[in-house]
Amino acid sequence: MNPLVLWFHKLGSPPYFYRFGGRWIPWLYALALVAGAAGFYGALFTAPADYQQGDSFRIMYVHVPCAWMGLFAYAFMAANGFVGLVWHIKLSETMAMASAPIGAAFTFITLVTGSLWGKPTWGTWWTWDARLTSELVLLFLYFGVIGLYHAIEDRRQAARAAAFLALVGIVNLPIVHYSVIWWNTLHQGQTVSLVGPSKIAPDMLWPLLVLAFATHVYFFASLLARTRVALLELESGKEWVRALLPAAETSHD
Amino acid sequence: MTDFFAMHGYAAYVWPAYAVFAIVLIADAIAPVFARRRVLREITGRLRRAASRKSP
Repeated sequence: MNPLVLWFHKLGSPPYFYRFGGRWIPWLYALALVAGAAGFYGALFTAPADYQQGDSFRIMYVHVPCAWMGLFAYAFMAANGFVGLVWHIKLSETMAMASAPIGAAFTFITLVTGSLWGKPTWGTWWTWDARLTSELVLLFLYFGVIGLYHAIEDRRQAARAAAFLALVGIVNLPIVHYSVIWWNTLHQGQTVSLVGPSKIAPDMLWPLLVLAFATHVYFFASLLARTRVALLELESGKEWVRALLPAAETSHD
Repeated sequence: MTDFFAMHGYAAYVWPAYAVFAIVLIADAIAPVFARRRVLREITGRLRRAASRKSP
């Protein structure tokens, strides 16, 4: 078998994933921290104040990366949920459920920082416009997935039910993304684009991209940490988990 | 420096935004550490109870 495919199969085994996560988590956190520090240095010191919004535009550097992560985490959760539902892969179900609280955290930050940006810019903390409302729905979808997961006793059945809800909720992702195009909203349109030129000065852009990188790395660090704990709980009766415990606790048997 | 902290009048909006970002992500990073401790405690407790049932 192709070594990459082989490695991927091995990664699906909980004890292997547990060790893999343990090795990578400190490095990922460190990389996220360093990239985050560099990004915030650029965001607060080197980026010039906006000619219209003054220094309030610096809220963008926390608002936009978190908004991207809220959508990314949802897509990641739904993709893993799909794999878990179709192929019954335990690791995918676990990762889908582990990404929900992280995505909810990012979406929450997006809403709060957006509100803090809206007050000085639009003169209001909140308005029921398409972008804001669909982002709020995204947060509620996360709450729904988390709530459903914790409402069912059997962990694997719970993960499958919640993964199904996550899949249904995917319909909201394009609504969030295109809301500023489809409807006339108070929220500004897209400034940074993967395809085509971005409508932002390079001095202002690079800290944003560095912070987007940092939040992605952070997501995977937190995901691995949460998945490891979930695997310990899920496999608590298995030999590999017992082997991890201090020898004195298990020496009786 | 005071100019920097004042954010030209936007301090009341910029700093809380950065604070929310920091606080929420720190809480998110700490949560699995506590969850891990709880899970390990539960597993060792369960194993100890099982062992004491076998050999009273």
